[in-house]
Amino acid sequence: MIRTALLVAAKDLRIELRSRVLLWQVVPFGVMALLLSGLALGPAHAGSSSAGPGLFYLVTLFVALLMINRSQAIESTPGTRASVATLGLDPAGVFLGKSLALCVELWATGLVLLAGAILVLHTALHGALVALPSIGVTLAAMAAAGTLYGALTAGGDGAATLLPVLTLPAFAPLLIAGERSFSAALHGGALWEWWVILAVALVVYLAIGVLLYGVLEES
Amino acid sequence: MTGDIDVVRLRDAVVLSNGFPLLSGVDLAIPSGSLSVVTGANGAGKTSLLRLLAGLVPLTSGVATVAGIDLAEGDLRQLRRRVGWLGHEGSFYDDLSVRENLVFAARALDRPTGEIGSVVERVGLTHRIDTTTRQLSAGQRRRLGLAWLLLRRPELWLLDEPYASLDDDGRTFFDGLLGDVVAGGATVVVSAHDPLRSAALSPRTILLAGGRVVNDSQ
Repeated sequence: MIRTALLVAAKDLRIELRSRVLLWQVVPFGVMALLLSGLALGPAHAGSSSAGPGLFYLVTLFVALLMINRSQAIESTPGTRASVATLGLDPAGVFLGKSLALCVELWATGLVLLAGAILVLHTALHGALVALPSIGVTLAAMAAAGTLYGALTAGGDGAATLLPVLTLPAFAPLLIAGERSFSAALHGGALWEWWVILAVALVVYLAIGVLLYGVLEES
Repeated sequence: MTGDIDVVRLRDAVVLSNGFPLLSGVDLAIPSGSLSVVTGANGAGKTSLLRLLAGLVPLTSGVATVAGIDLAEGDLRQLRRRVGWLGHEGSFYDDLSVRENLVFAARALDRPTGEIGSVVERVGLTHRIDTTTRQLSAGQRRRLGLAWLLLRRPELWLLDEPYASLDDDGRTFFDGLLGDVVAGGATVVVSAHDPLRSAALSPRTILLAGGRVVNDSQ
């Protein structure tokens, strides 16, 4: 399972490096969305607003949806799907591999967006650094849940529009806990309880994916 | 030379998709070590039959056994590892090179990657080995498909319209290679539109119409 996961993750990351969709399309979209958020708040409020963490996660959500669709589109060509199916890969390994690749991509994008939040929304650097571990766990949980729901909608009619409808309820607790944790890092407050919630969510989504990904692929 | 054991056995096999019959009661037996051509008009059920044999679509009713595995109750993942599929849509990761696609397949199947060079040479793609699949012509993509299958060495080769987009040289190359594969003991099932090509390729031609076998020349 781990071997398959590493094989699939390496393949997905290599495809991403080669195609540069993340670099030239997804990241610029995220940065522009963040910039527009700063403009919407206005220069007088951007620095003092407590909306920074929420806006960071809102933009991250949009970016994550694009990346989940992209992750599944790699496999969605009918011929590719059939050929890869005849390799008989362990579905749990495929799930973990795709989640890992998506997680690495989300982490890279998250760092750029965090830098953008510091520059555009004047988020405090020290608070952003304190929030990094919780952001990492939140994005990892989003990658696991996104891979699961991405497989559910892949290849279906209107997959790109169905995905947000299905994932938002799954992402909601992650976004809330992530935002609370980020706010606590910026303004003071208990961090560990949000970390526990995020870590439990990550483990739950990973467990569900390992158990059900094969069923989703077959369906 | 054909073996005594049937690799494929279908009895009254039905495949429905959203209630629409793709296959409507197919009876078929294909012996091991043989080359069979499935032919018929568009929508006759050629691709559906091959996809059923590959374990890629579920059997709705009837009895179907491929490589000794019951399609209704057997382990389809196990079956898929034993069959090779080459579709007419293109079957690879477009942003990976020829070499990278084959390395991925080899590692997925625990096959040594050292064979890749000789397999690529056999299908005549050595000069394109580091080219991304997206940049290959349709004929070269077919050759990459063959390389993928040669690397895998499946018991049952299922080729869906492999002659589409091929020039005369490509067709001759395909014919020769499939002959070698059958001589090596594998079973090959090819779908093809062209009746002349079908007759030239194999004495066994299975004609489908409306999801049924209407003529079997065996």
